[in-house]
Amino acid sequence: MLNTVEPNAEVPPRVGPIRVLIAKPGLDGHDRGAKVMARALRDAGMEVIYTGLFQTPEMIARAALDEDVDVIGLSILSGAHRALFPRIFQELRAAGLDDVLVVAGGTIPDEDVAALKEIGVAAVFGPGTPIETAVRFIRENAPNRSTV
Amino acid sequence: MNDRSTVLQQLIEQFERGERRALARLLSLVENEHPVGLSAMAALYRRTGHAEVVGVTGPPGAGKSTLTNALIRAWRTRGRSVGVLAVDPSSSLTGGATLGDRIRMLENWADDRVYIRSMATRGQMGGLSTAVGASIHLLDAFGFDTVCVETVGVGQDEVDIAEVADTVLLLQVPGLGDSIQTIKAGILEIADILVVNKADAAGAAEVVRDLRNMLRLGEQRAWVPPIVETVATEFTGIDNLVSQIERHQAFLSASGEGAARLARRLRAEVARLARRQLTAHIDAVIASNAVDETLIQLETREIDPLSAARIVARIAADRLSESASVAG
Amino acid sequence: MSQQFAGDPHDPRYRSAPPEQREFTTISGEPVRQTYTPADLAAIGFDYARDLNDPGHFPFTRGVHETMYRGKLWTMRMFAGFGSAEETNARFRYLLEHGETGLSIAFDLPTLYGRDTDDPLAAGEFGKCGVAVASLADMEILLEGIPLDEVTTSMTINGPAAAIWAMYIAAAERRGIPRAQLRGTLQNDILKEFTAQNEYIFPPAPSMRLVTDTIEFATREMPLWNSISISGYHIREAGSTATEELAFTLADGIAYVEAALERGLDIDAFAPRLSFFFNCHNDFFEEIAKFRAARRIWARLMRDRFGAKSERSCWMRFHTQTAGCSLTAQEPENNIIRTTIQALAGVLGGTQSLHTNSLDEALALPSDWAVRIALRTQQIIAYESGVTNAVDPLAGSYMVETLTHEMEQRVLAIFAEIEALGGVIPAIEQGYFQRRIADSAYAYEQALSDQRKIVVGVNAFRSDEEPHIPFLNMDPKGEERQLERLRRVRAERDPHAWALALERLERVTAARENVMPALIDAVNAYATLGEITNTMRAVLGEHRALVVV
Repeated sequence: MLNTVEPNAEVPPRVGPIRVLIAKPGLDGHDRGAKVMARALRDAGMEVIYTGLFQTPEMIARAALDEDVDVIGLSILSGAHRALFPRIFQELRAAGLDDVLVVAGGTIPDEDVAALKEIGVAAVFGPGTPIETAVRFIRENAPNRSTV
Repeated sequence: MNDRSTVLQQLIEQFERGERRALARLLSLVENEHPVGLSAMAALYRRTGHAEVVGVTGPPGAGKSTLTNALIRAWRTRGRSVGVLAVDPSSSLTGGATLGDRIRMLENWADDRVYIRSMATRGQMGGLSTAVGASIHLLDAFGFDTVCVETVGVGQDEVDIAEVADTVLLLQVPGLGDSIQTIKAGILEIADILVVNKADAAGAAEVVRDLRNMLRLGEQRAWVPPIVETVATEFTGIDNLVSQIERHQAFLSASGEGAARLARRLRAEVARLARRQLTAHIDAVIASNAVDETLIQLETREIDPLSAARIVARIAADRLSESASVAG
Repeated sequence: MSQQFAGDPHDPRYRSAPPEQREFTTISGEPVRQTYTPADLAAIGFDYARDLNDPGHFPFTRGVHETMYRGKLWTMRMFAGFGSAEETNARFRYLLEHGETGLSIAFDLPTLYGRDTDDPLAAGEFGKCGVAVASLADMEILLEGIPLDEVTTSMTINGPAAAIWAMYIAAAERRGIPRAQLRGTLQNDILKEFTAQNEYIFPPAPSMRLVTDTIEFATREMPLWNSISISGYHIREAGSTATEELAFTLADGIAYVEAALERGLDIDAFAPRLSFFFNCHNDFFEEIAKFRAARRIWARLMRDRFGAKSERSCWMRFHTQTAGCSLTAQEPENNIIRTTIQALAGVLGGTQSLHTNSLDEALALPSDWAVRIALRTQQIIAYESGVTNAVDPLAGSYMVETLTHEMEQRVLAIFAEIEALGGVIPAIEQGYFQRRIADSAYAYEQALSDQRKIVVGVNAFRSDEEPHIPFLNMDPKGEERQLERLRRVRAERDPHAWALALERLERVTAARENVMPALIDAVNAYATLGEITNTMRAVLGEHRALVVV
């Protein structure tokens, strides 16, 4: 019964760092932005799980589930977001991951942003977005799931 | 508090039904030392004790993840379910970490009887985070036949892994300079199986020979670590490696070494957690105004630092026993 | 240091900060002195005959030809491709009508990974980054009406390069143009895929074998074809510095030369057909120095290390593309100016051919309108600016010669590091290139964050105006048309000839014979790109990358 010591007021429960999954869906191999973002989030004190390339919607959902992430960052430059993002959200919902914050980065034309937000993307960081803008958004909007 | 116990109850029920999401959530709650996590551990610990725990360690670039991948495939062919913890260091500066980048490439991502989880060391002194031990318990309790813990062999981690694993695989690889020469004292002693990966590369024979010589120089033990050559990218030597792991497991139970190790490990785990409890209380005391007077006396040189420290330790110990009696 | 002026450059403190508190570096972070003098040349032991020599003479620092642009202007080659073969064919004709002098084919992602348009992993990717070519039928439509015996064609394809090249050869031969007359370039540079762009299929060793097959085939049968375009462009786009771009590219070049020599080819038989491809970013003098150093290092390597006897073997001929990563989505009109500066640096650096990016490429595929401006940019430099009149006009500049020398020295230092790791492929396996590129990309991003580096309209001098530029609209029927054609190809081909050709391809691949003849047979039997790749993948295996964050 060693782990059952109830923490008292002076030993507050630690709220862990924000966990982020950075995923590259589709066939697009351009990972410069994804890697820069992964490093920036790490340097902002977050724990970043980088999936590597060529992730299917099913793989992304499974990784997000197993790693119990608070945030998913999708990086895509190929233009396939319109086809892939709805399928990713379908998989996330099927896995019960409704409370995860999903953001996207890459070359996503302005006219597509509204449609992506409608399916659940919280923010789209287009080309030239300062990294600190994305980092701040994630820090301020990541769900705090330790408040149970 | 009511909410919290409902959540706890739900998570435990889902966990016991084998729901991955509950496992994933509880791993986070335990790692974050959240009260729900701690209570869940108390409830679930009785389910542990069935998994074999295999540690995989070795220098960066030795192919640990590729080997783990190959092992997962071999275990799955033998019908064993596998839980993997991939542990990476946190940045000491920011606390952040990039994790699991390697292991996520694995082929078994869709297999429901394989679970892969990345963990950061979170700046724990002396290598593996205490949460690693707790996470192993959860994976064990969830019912995985094998729990595999992969750590980068830098700092203390490769020694610490012996404190959580039944069987420790130490990876070596040719072509990483003179890594054999730089194997730190004590590391060879914790290895139950020596794996020479990339055994088809130039210099592999020399690595095997050097390891053999080092083993000869060491003291005689009841278990002589076998040297297994693998090419993990091609799944060469993996069956042999799994057989050697099984042989080691059999040795552990037949020789009584397993029971002795378990006793040592439990003692070490208790010590680790107790230290952590104390440290947390000491930190809390130091941060509070309970020590203001002591510090003033220290500043005016009425007392010396060691005396001040003993005062702090005494207050912390008092608070700890108070909280323990409340919980008990 | 940056603290002194971190903030908006509108702030007068930015300009009034004393020089010693500001950072004067190239875009790659290399220090630049206030003034360069004869003492700088003396310090590097500058020797005209040894280090420069006249244009057209070893070590070719000043250019590979004596007359350079007086004799022949660079080839104006606009990278183009989107949607279906029909649409891209129309774009090619448009460009040729407007004075373009060489074709450059961009393929879509499924094609680049050797997958057919109907592959499950190709979902949503059709025609997005280039044209879809899944079979010879697509290639024939793509090249319809284009005088293949007159134009030179560059094809940006790497993993499945051999198969796509086979389609090009087959398409030309069906029109009665013998392969020996074909002129063009196959990018075919797989090493930089492993380090920078990630469009690989097979593992490094069999990939190198396929590259060597194509070099061998070109040497024997297609004397006018450049069998490989050893590319730094993508390394730079992935975030490297100028020095890393050059060093990694040349190191890859060394690896290809060594592989061809190992195959038993004579250096002077294949080296003249090796070509290069570089990026050109905004830092004007650094880029010019990079091009000049490139020619000098390569010439010396070929002569001194590989014993080349022919001068042509020592020529570094290269294509240049202005830097896609320098383009901004904000105030896209500014990209015209960036591209102009970069194109000018490419020309002053002595490039053999040039692609100028279109102003809208940070936002979308380029429209006809935007592509025309980009082409006009080259024409204005060529015909109005006067910079083509004298060869290597910057030679002897204290600064340019010093930067050229420094670039060369840093590149040689990187060569030493790669060799210490056991060469290019072991260095790839250890993540050396990937880590360096990621480090440099992150360092640049941090420099933008604290405004040590300025990008106009992005981290300084911003305006809130929305861009008003027309976008390219793709034919929504394109994908349907492509899928229908693919179905028809599969249904109408001779199944016996098809099966026989794939059977032979598999055998030849396994026997390590040169795959080119079998590939040409296979595409003629209308085996699809996906079928060909799968056949080869079953024998050669699939690359699993080391992920380096």
